[in-house]
Amino acid sequence: MICFQLFLAFLQIGMFSFGGGYAAMPLIQAQVIEKYGWLTVEEFTNLITISEMTPGPIAINSATFVGNQVAGIPGALAATVGCILPSCIFVTLLAWIYVKYRNLSLLQGTLTALRPAVVAMIANAGLTILIPTFFRSGLISFAQSNFQIRPVLLFVAAIVLLRRFKWDPVLVMVLCGVCEVAWQLVTGALV
Amino acid sequence: MKRSSVLRKVFFSTLYLSTFTFGGGYVIVTLLKSKFVNELHWIDEDEMLDLVAIAQSSPGAIAVNGSIVVGYKLAGLPGVVLAVLGAVIPPFVILTLVSFFYTAFRENTVIQSLLTGMKSGVGAVIASVVWDMGSGVVCSKDLLLIGIMVAAFLANYYFKVNVIIIILTVIVIGVIRTLIRERRKGAQK
Repeated sequence: MICFQLFLAFLQIGMFSFGGGYAAMPLIQAQVIEKYGWLTVEEFTNLITISEMTPGPIAINSATFVGNQVAGIPGALAATVGCILPSCIFVTLLAWIYVKYRNLSLLQGTLTALRPAVVAMIANAGLTILIPTFFRSGLISFAQSNFQIRPVLLFVAAIVLLRRFKWDPVLVMVLCGVCEVAWQLVTGALV
Repeated sequence: MKRSSVLRKVFFSTLYLSTFTFGGGYVIVTLLKSKFVNELHWIDEDEMLDLVAIAQSSPGAIAVNGSIVVGYKLAGLPGVVLAVLGAVIPPFVILTLVSFFYTAFRENTVIQSLLTGMKSGVGAVIASVVWDMGSGVVCSKDLLLIGIMVAAFLANYYFKVNVIIIILTVIVIGVIRTLIRERRKGAQK
């Protein structure tokens, strides 16, 4: 039963993530966090971090990870098959139509319209990750107990390294992690 | 060339690329192109461009879609099956291992601080991607596209509209617009 739910959830993720890579994020969030509660926002953030550091698409990585966490290897298989099944059908069908008719204008016109919507939804998924990172309660309020300055500083430094100095994203992320560990060691929180 | 050797090549190429390519689908598609167009000469350049367009405009992971089009072009349905297996086995194995270690190390305080720090980093990476993609939309100076971006954000963030509904609505808008344009083009001829 749980395997079938995993299959259905990732079938929808595979079917509606247009534009590759991060486009799957808002859909994973809607299914995995909001609908089924298989991961918390915190675990989802860790999953995206892990996906950035390993080869493989975010959607497939998420399917395998979530499936494993929820129902072991059978769960991972169910979720991963669900995730790639729409691709297999849709892309094969399109490739077949293309070999016959050689016209893709409708498809490309649709994708042009979809791209801005996808950007907007990725932005929203990004906020879901950033808000609880900056504000302890998950609500935007600058009260001293709620607002965390260290993650904000790390974020700003990471943005500068990524955009101004064009550093590799994986290196920037690892560096952020190492800074936090160093800080915890210095302040004695980690013993 | 023998069919079985084509199939073998398709499988091992996608397996290899999927194991060693960091940096997302667009990178894999470029590597598939250099392998099958420039190195093996099994697909011609123009056709590959269209196949890549299919891979990029279909739903799902671009790396998987790219493998499917190449597999289909070279060896039909058996090619699709082997290309997909090649593309999916590496992330499946890697993430199964990661999932195992994640569960084992979740309580470790050093790992916890590392992951906490990395949250800011991954947030920055996503913000940077949104900036690049979003400025592309704004620079297109296409009011419909900018309108879709703003409306989709508001619908998603403030009104909590289901992402699938947003996507389906925008697909309808895109199809209507393309059909109107095609008809105008047809009328001009």
